[in-house]
Amino acid sequence: MSPLRVSTAPSRQPARADRGPADGARRRWVLTRLDNRVTPFLFIAPFFVLFTVFGVFPLLYTAWVSLHDWQLIDGDQGFVGLANYAKLFADPDFYNALFNTMSIFLLSTVPQLLAALGIAALLDRPLRAGTVWRAGVLLPNVVSVVAVALVFGQLFARDFGVVNWVLGLVGVDPVDWGAQRLPSHVAIATMVIWRWTGYNSLLYLAAMRNVPRELYEAAALDGASRWRSFWSVTVPGIRPTIIFTVVVSTIGGLQLFAEPQLFDASGTAGVGGSDRQFQTVTMYLYEKGFGLFDAGYAAAIAWVLFVVCVLSALVNFWLARRIRAGG
Amino acid sequence: MLVYALLVGVVAASAFPLYWSFVVSSSDSSAIGEASPPLIPGGYLLDNVRRVFDTVDFWLALQNSLIVSGTVTLSNVVLSSLAGFAFARLRFPGRNSLFLVVIGTVMVPAQLGVIPLYMVVGELGWYGRLEAVIVPGLINAFAVFWMRQACEEAVPTELVDAARVDGCSLWAVFWHVAVPAIRPQAAVLGMVTFMAAWNDFFWPLIVLDPNESLTVQVALSRLASGYFLDYSLMLTGATLGVLPVIIVFIVLARQIVNGITRVSVNG
Repeated sequence: MSPLRVSTAPSRQPARADRGPADGARRRWVLTRLDNRVTPFLFIAPFFVLFTVFGVFPLLYTAWVSLHDWQLIDGDQGFVGLANYAKLFADPDFYNALFNTMSIFLLSTVPQLLAALGIAALLDRPLRAGTVWRAGVLLPNVVSVVAVALVFGQLFARDFGVVNWVLGLVGVDPVDWGAQRLPSHVAIATMVIWRWTGYNSLLYLAAMRNVPRELYEAAALDGASRWRSFWSVTVPGIRPTIIFTVVVSTIGGLQLFAEPQLFDASGTAGVGGSDRQFQTVTMYLYEKGFGLFDAGYAAAIAWVLFVVCVLSALVNFWLARRIRAGG
Repeated sequence: MLVYALLVGVVAASAFPLYWSFVVSSSDSSAIGEASPPLIPGGYLLDNVRRVFDTVDFWLALQNSLIVSGTVTLSNVVLSSLAGFAFARLRFPGRNSLFLVVIGTVMVPAQLGVIPLYMVVGELGWYGRLEAVIVPGLINAFAVFWMRQACEEAVPTELVDAARVDGCSLWAVFWHVAVPAIRPQAAVLGMVTFMAAWNDFFWPLIVLDPNESLTVQVALSRLASGYFLDYSLMLTGATLGVLPVIIVFIVLARQIVNGITRVSVNG
């Protein structure tokens, strides 16, 4: 085979020489330059094009819509300035939704991240069949929110629900989980905790693997208990990951929608219970924008929600940094 | 020993709601109303499955969910590999600031833009059609971020430079140097994207037509929207909707677990 290739090589040579070596090299140089200049942009272009049309534009346009009396079906009914915001800040239903969101967010995030830390510490020890445990812990995260909400809706049902049945075994009267504020928040927070604890514990586990082992040895030499070295070595050692999870769960928690929406299975169309006792801000946005078609008002809710997200993320970021300074 | 006991407890708590869902979906709906709930699966699974298919067009939902999730996954993997490779290994003006834009958008809540996005989709004439869900999901910032990390980690600069010196075009470098190296990370991204797309609820609920283009999640929510709560019907639907991802998860658990662990090491 190879002699054949060698013999063909010289026969090509004259053909290329006809155009002149300088010409060919020049052409190649131009093409290479073009390739270097243009191709990187072609590689990133799809992201930026799609992102502009379906990401940036809607984002900025929300601000514009929020300054109008804008009906989802009938369109723009005129510029109203900050009227939507003024109305929003005087709207008791909005404060109610904001309070519910914060309450469910705190009830879910704090226990969730603490439990995740504990589980990560368990998984960080030498274990037989480590992957099996890790996968088992992650399993809930794979399940869709809708399925989670349906299953927990049954578990927390007033009549014949499993949670009330278990409570009954220890002599507690059945709780009407959907009807009152705090119980409904606990039930919804439980869904969030169930779905996300394992995921966060895997993030912590990964970070723990990177904490230098010498630090533990030094702590042990100083006579630190296992508990003490966990709080003084492990937790500060995984601080960036803790901050990351706190910020991400803040943003996720403040956008909570599917769990409370589906917890209200009896068909009150996303109002969050008979007395709005578990309506979140996103549900309120949905009610106004897609139930009552008041797009301008919904857009104002969206922007306020965005500001709340950013502020909460910053506050949590700051808190998470301080926790370390204390420890 | 205590460690294993605690872990068994944690995994049992993780699995119980799924087990429970299966128990209810294999029980007669009247069994839920008895004094103590059934704790072992019964023999009504097929009956209940039939009722789910009678109540909503679950085949259509499965088909639509597959189309949406499949397209979104394929496109995210391809487009974010290209962008990630460019951000990690190519020199071009504005590279750093453009990448900052990508990172910034990871943090922006998607729900902020639903109202105008709804209008955009309307302008394009996509109301009630699968395009409305597919096209905005074709790429996301997290995927770009992820594949950039993958390229930094797995694609050696020397190899890229050597290929350039040998006269490879950038496309050829991407195809012959980067793609083989980043395949494992691309696979993890694909799985994560598929699951996220499969489980998406808020946007499909708003924009799809429940009679013609419903997805599995929207179909499930419809099962729950009656005045009379039929738990065995609802949970049978939930079980059916979860089954495909659970199977994928169990088959690929090792890669997914390792992939998630890698995100935080980098991030």
